Amino acid sequence: MTTPMTTASAVSLSLLPEFPRYSLRIDPADVSAASEVLGLELPTRPGQRAATGSRLALCLGPDEWVLYTDEADAQAVEAAFAALYPVTPHSLIAISDRERTITLSGPQAAELLSTSCPRDLTAIAPGTGTRTVFDTVQIVLLRDSESDFRIEVGRSFLPHVWALLERANRELAAGL
Amino acid sequence: MLLIHCPYCEATLPELEFTYAGEAHIARPADPSTMSDEQWRDFLFIRTNARGPHFERWRHAHGCGRFFNAVRDTVSDKFLLTYKAGEPKPESLPE
Repeated sequence: MTTPMTTASAVSLSLLPEFPRYSLRIDPADVSAASEVLGLELPTRPGQRAATGSRLALCLGPDEWVLYTDEADAQAVEAAFAALYPVTPHSLIAISDRERTITLSGPQAAELLSTSCPRDLTAIAPGTGTRTVFDTVQIVLLRDSESDFRIEVGRSFLPHVWALLERANRELAAGL
Repeated sequence: MLLIHCPYCEATLPELEFTYAGEAHIARPADPSTMSDEQWRDFLFIRTNARGPHFERWRHAHGCGRFFNAVRDTVSDKFLLTYKAGEPKPESLPE
């Protein structure tokens, strides 16, 4: 049994409660129809995101988006897309149970992420996001500000990612 | 680590996000039943095995998820060019 060198942490880590998420796949030519029912302009460049009210959409690829909202709004999102379905073919999949969200907050958050994420984090501007890897685990990484990140990780990988983050966080706090 | 330019994300990103997917520009025959065994074998198994620039498919698996084509020098392991799937084979390669 190893004893942590310090219990102090450089970056504050937290696990968000569960909330509704959807994966949206639609022909890029039909994006405007989806934007209309969703009430926000879906971004078309991978990495960009758009938000309105509790709804947040992140473009992951040319025809793929991930949508986040809250429990109160989930029914409305599903109903809106169900109405669109007969007119415009698309796929809206509820993936709420697939992932959990870790938030990283603090001036050293980028440094902590860089211990296992191969991306150039300076190239991920605040207010954007991307799909990438964290120590071989696929994640969706959102940058909310210079020092605030969110990691969306598959729930079965959560203990692994959390353990790595916690260990690296202790090392950062110890000045290693 | 290799850095690979994804033509869909329009960004140069770490190799760990990508997976290799074999040689590019090999079209599946429209009517396999008319082919001889040798022709079918060639389609399935025979590859150029180039020494130098090699046209190959890659997938941005942990990113936008798209397949694209790349030209990689198999001697230096340098990526010379990447372009979207479906685009014609480039005539000339950058030095």
